[in-house]
Amino acid sequence: MEKKNEMVLEVESRSCNEGLVRIAVAAFSTQLNPTLEEVTDIKTAVSEAITNCIVHAYDTGTEKIRVECRNEQRELTVVVKDTGKGIENVEKAMEPLYTTKPEQDRSGMGFAFMEAFMDQVTVESEPGKGTTVTMKKLIGRQNPVFE
Amino acid sequence: MEEFMRKRGTMLTVYIPRELDHHFAQQITGSIDQELERGAVSQLVFDFSDTDFMDSAGIGMIMGRKRLLSYSGGTVSAIHVNDRILRIMQLSGIYKHIEISQEPVWNHRKR
Repeated sequence: MEKKNEMVLEVESRSCNEGLVRIAVAAFSTQLNPTLEEVTDIKTAVSEAITNCIVHAYDTGTEKIRVECRNEQRELTVVVKDTGKGIENVEKAMEPLYTTKPEQDRSGMGFAFMEAFMDQVTVESEPGKGTTVTMKKLIGRQNPVFE
Repeated sequence: MEEFMRKRGTMLTVYIPRELDHHFAQQITGSIDQELERGAVSQLVFDFSDTDFMDSAGIGMIMGRKRLLSYSGGTVSAIHVNDRILRIMQLSGIYKHIEISQEPVWNHRKR
């Protein structure tokens, strides 16, 4: 049986949508039969990515965030796209504890959490154009029975 | 006082909602800070008994309050923390700065 599915979500960059998106992505991922632990991993990583868009990319106004999800075999891919202000130095931004907004109680752990909870995280960004975060996770690693 | 906070003597207890993300952190931080600014808080306790989700915004919130309290020599602790949230706290290194107790809630009741 071919296991393939796609979902596209577009939400405004309001903080009340953080919960909505992470629940939607988590629900989408359940088609791959993940463990509870894996679902929470996905929720945390998605939450970080969306928060980044709201706090950094669109810090001056409300714009659209696009979330694309793809299930393929046992792999979940989540792409979070914004057309906000972009990141000058991606490598620096991904360092744990690095933040450009310490006065706003930001911990600087966003990308570190994404990397800790997903298998692969890639960030493409161009200042002034926007940022695309692509996250991949293999589901069911503890359960190879389902091969 | 807001319903998610309770003050006994100089101890302020904050009951964290079910999910602590950037959205909820924003909502509760203001009221906590107001209470701290009034002074007379030497112990700030975050109660996680209802919480099953937290991301880095929660870490930021706790660290920010820890910074505020450290000027007056107060302490910050987190109680009834579940395994998942403990892992987030360990990953972020915050466990070195605050006291964490995992003790389960034995007399849990609706507030």
